[in-house]
Amino acid sequence: MSPLDRIANMSTLKQHDIVKLYKVEYKATVSLSDQLCFLIRPRIQTVKWICDVVNADKAVGRFRRYKIIFTPQRFFACEAVLEEEGVFGDVTTDEWAFYLLPLDDDILSMELPEFFHDNFLAGDQRWLRTVGGALHLLHSVYGPFSKLYGIGSCSQMTYEWWREQVEQGEQGARPAEIGSVFLIDRDVDFVTPLCSQVVYEGLLDDIFRIKCGCVEFGPDVTSSDRSVKVMLNSQDKVFNEIRNEHFSNVFGFLSQKARNLQTAYDKRQGMDIKQMKTFVSEELKGLKQEHRLLSLHIGASESIMKKKTKQDFQELLQREHCLLEGFEIRESISFIEEHINRQISMMESLRMLCLLSITENGLLPKDYRSLKTQYLQSYGFDHLLTFSNLRQLGLLVEQQGAETLTVMESKVGKLVNDKTAGKITDAFSSLARRSHFRALSRKLNLVPKSDEEYDLRVPKDMAYIFSGAYVPLSCRLIEQVLERDGWAGLEDVTRLLNGHEFAVTGGSRAEPNSDAQRLVLVLFLGGCTFSEISALRFLGRAKGYKFIVVTTAVTNSSRLLEALLGNHA
Amino acid sequence: MGVLTKALAPPTGELLGMTDVVFFAETIEFHDGDEKNHERLVFTDKYQVNGRKSRKHLHVNADPFRAVWPGGGSAATRGGAVSPLREEGSRRPPSKKNQSGGRGATAGGRGATAGGVVCTVEMMRSKADEEEYWHSSKFKAFTFEDEDEELSRLKESKQAVNSIRQLVEEDDDDDTEKVSWSGEPVGSISWSIKEMAGSNQKIDREPAFPRIPTEPSTLNKSHSGLSLSSLFRGKAKSENFQSFSDAFSDSVRIYAPELRKPKSEYKDYVCDWSPEETVQRLLQGKAVSLEKFRSLQDKLLLLDFAVAAHDGNVITAVLIHLKRSLRKEVLFRELQSRQTALRHFIHYLTESREQKLLLELLRALGRTEDMALLQYKEHLIITDENNKRDFLKSCLSLPFSAEDSTHVQDHYTLLERQIIVEAADRQAERGGKVDIFQKFPRKASILNMPLITTLYYCCFYHYGEPEGTFSSPLNVRRTFKISEKQYFVTALAARAKLKAWSDVDALFTGRNWLGFTRKKSPLSFHRVVDVLQRNSAPTQVLQDYVALIDDAELRISLAQKLKCHDIVISTFRDMKDRQMLVAYRGKVEPGSAPERKIDDLLNNQQIRWKN
Repeated sequence: MSPLDRIANMSTLKQHDIVKLYKVEYKATVSLSDQLCFLIRPRIQTVKWICDVVNADKAVGRFRRYKIIFTPQRFFACEAVLEEEGVFGDVTTDEWAFYLLPLDDDILSMELPEFFHDNFLAGDQRWLRTVGGALHLLHSVYGPFSKLYGIGSCSQMTYEWWREQVEQGEQGARPAEIGSVFLIDRDVDFVTPLCSQVVYEGLLDDIFRIKCGCVEFGPDVTSSDRSVKVMLNSQDKVFNEIRNEHFSNVFGFLSQKARNLQTAYDKRQGMDIKQMKTFVSEELKGLKQEHRLLSLHIGASESIMKKKTKQDFQELLQREHCLLEGFEIRESISFIEEHINRQISMMESLRMLCLLSITENGLLPKDYRSLKTQYLQSYGFDHLLTFSNLRQLGLLVEQQGAETLTVMESKVGKLVNDKTAGKITDAFSSLARRSHFRALSRKLNLVPKSDEEYDLRVPKDMAYIFSGAYVPLSCRLIEQVLERDGWAGLEDVTRLLNGHEFAVTGGSRAEPNSDAQRLVLVLFLGGCTFSEISALRFLGRAKGYKFIVVTTAVTNSSRLLEALLGNHA
Repeated sequence: MGVLTKALAPPTGELLGMTDVVFFAETIEFHDGDEKNHERLVFTDKYQVNGRKSRKHLHVNADPFRAVWPGGGSAATRGGAVSPLREEGSRRPPSKKNQSGGRGATAGGRGATAGGVVCTVEMMRSKADEEEYWHSSKFKAFTFEDEDEELSRLKESKQAVNSIRQLVEEDDDDDTEKVSWSGEPVGSISWSIKEMAGSNQKIDREPAFPRIPTEPSTLNKSHSGLSLSSLFRGKAKSENFQSFSDAFSDSVRIYAPELRKPKSEYKDYVCDWSPEETVQRLLQGKAVSLEKFRSLQDKLLLLDFAVAAHDGNVITAVLIHLKRSLRKEVLFRELQSRQTALRHFIHYLTESREQKLLLELLRALGRTEDMALLQYKEHLIITDENNKRDFLKSCLSLPFSAEDSTHVQDHYTLLERQIIVEAADRQAERGGKVDIFQKFPRKASILNMPLITTLYYCCFYHYGEPEGTFSSPLNVRRTFKISEKQYFVTALAARAKLKAWSDVDALFTGRNWLGFTRKKSPLSFHRVVDVLQRNSAPTQVLQDYVALIDDAELRISLAQKLKCHDIVISTFRDMKDRQMLVAYRGKVEPGSAPERKIDDLLNNQQIRWKN
């Protein structure tokens, strides 16, 4: 499902005289209409295709009218293409300032997955204004905000842009409906989105790919020959109760639900005609609806089980947890190596490699080289370009052992003989290897002690979203900052996170304990995962906040890494 | 189809002070989008100007001041209707001309098929723009008989023009009026044509009362920069038009830099935005001219302000301007110290696929590895395998890092080999003489597959071949220095797939060059079992390997799962776990060999059970 489907379906468009809908792609238009309207993201490539269409029409003397509607805004670079291709003026342009798509009561998506690639990999700030615009929109509708916190350079720039907008514009006195706002860059925490998701909604996204709050269940789930599209949000009563649950609880819940349903159906036994009539008119429809949803989610769970047991999911999770804890690193490396050798899954291998690199603050040069070589051999040499992208982003890097040796070390090296120097070097490089993630994990207590039993049915902290093995860094930061009302006492942490943190107090101060004050807007720049949303929901229940998540897009490990693959033209 | 005529004003300075302005007209042919309704006209981008195709921008303009210019028929040479044209060569603000003229004259419209056209002049004051818009008009035949209506219109228009004059006089420093022609009634198609400096400079040399240029070259030249545009019918809203014209004027400015103006006059026309103000306007999405920032200092100021504003769109807009107006060496030099701008520029060049310039940039920056990778990336768009191979060969000399250079070499060698093997195997498959291709027809070509897939393929179809052939697995292994473990895993999977169990067995024992003993495998045995089981190996085969799993727990659980009873039973015996053995007895088939074996053990007095 595309964002457009969520806003205007085909019949709505037809009412507005749209004859046919085409996907904009690189091929000649077949449409016979005299008016073509292109609704596109402002991408140079897409505009070039449209120019080709116009120029092809011109070449055969065909007259049509063309309009491009850029959403969310038009870029000068796109207009420059129109101009260069000689169709400026033949094509009229417009903007549709589409900023936010509500996916659910507490999720607003900007549906801008390209933000991640453009901003973090290419370093292009073109979407910052869009995010600032979305924030401004929320501010003008629900503001003023009493507090703004943030971390990351994009968050900071977005905040500044927004502040200027607010200063320029007028501010009406409105009751504040949102208390605090938290802005966070995706590159502050890459570990969390790279972990396997085990909460139901996250698992559905990892396996079936939720698009715009809608999932398509194939025949293996529906146990018929048709696929079904299902909206996944709080309207779905069954889904709403299991979406935030650890997968191990889902089956139990579903079977309980199925028994209840059976009981409700069974009530009709022994009913007289009148009672039966009431039952049919009042309850049956609801029961049938529930029945349908229940069977879909049971089907989905079965399908998840089948897929996950097939690929040794348990072992994979175990290795992931070891990486997060920093234990048995060699075993994890050989696990990844085997994964690569057996060509199991290109994306999974890459994900584990990245997770290894971030948690260990880079790979030892010999490991890096060997794993990279094996990866290229198994999945294609073109992934050279993928590795270059990952290195650029710092997701998969080599430890800078030799170059970063301290002065003291080289002095020591001169004093002692070579063999000892080698040993000392090893000692030092292992010291340097102590990664930021480890330090962060210790300071923020991200990995709960593993000797305690973790009851996933009664979660005690946000770690439950990763089977009790890891509290997501992003959500922990939010928790800490809200608790401390700022970054005070977190100086060590922010230094490790490369700074760019801020906390500002806005003009209005509503009563500290009003409902609005407990409402926190969390803005993820570069995407957030369903697991993070689940963690925030948990935090909200535990601490009495209501979180609204605004994100440039809902992401997961595959989407994140796909944006960085270099093996496509 | 209708005909509309547009008049061109004789663009001389002498025009000033004359009460009657004379225009010459040219015929414009246009399509009528709605045949039934002559109130609405739709224009194409192509129309006839004296028989030659030319292009104009058609412009819709919402206009507060509208004046009707009736056909006067006084001095026009020919053509249907007239419109005044600002004379740009002399740099006179259009308003002054209109002051002097106040009304236009039209020819009788004899030449036009429709007999004549009523044109209205739109006069519009714009805040910042000196652009002018030509505005036309409903398509309505004008006849002189229609006096009443036309007279009243004339009055209206006079009033409108006069009111403009007042405004102009009051506010003399603002010389940025727009003149455009508009049709009536409101809501009918309105459009405007944008003229540019170039178009009038030609006419400049014409006499005060020029003939309609007959030489096509003149006209053609004078209109070469014009273009026409139209908006979708029925969607006309003033704000759309405004934004559109803003954007439009921007582009025209880029096309037509006002090079010939003396500085003093130049100031009259161009709003003097500072670099900072210009960036502010860009941020607001408004049209601005970047052409006037001629000095390097100004250009860099623009860029730095754009970067400071954190709007990638604006940064890129400034960079496009810099790219067009600076020699690349200068631009590259300045970008070197501006990392944010540099990243935007690289991304812009990547997106617009200006590979050549991008490579030059990277070279200038000394980023040779990036350059090499970028060039290497080109191979992805080559589909023909021979071309791709040749291209990869040409990549070998690129300045990759030492490590990557080996990978690119391997990539080339692999494709070269795949081409050879593919050709030979395709022939063998067609020939129908080779058994293996008949039994297991190839599902896809081996071209462009990863190395390990190729190795698997070779292990599958060419396993026994001597090391000398290109398709021999051993040769592949040696050429690409594939690790022992990797080779082992791949060969195991391929032979298991073929159910060549003796080959599988030999992998662990027979081959001296691997140096394996029976009990050794580079892969842990539970993985071996996993590979075999995925290829549906029979229990007899499986149990040999399950037995080799070191970890007892793992061994039992796998053995139970795979029904390798002997292993389960002997493991329990070794563990002296009587209870487990008793429990397992219930799981095996009654009367079967495993059951008898369990019974024997349970009856064996010599075993000291732990429970």
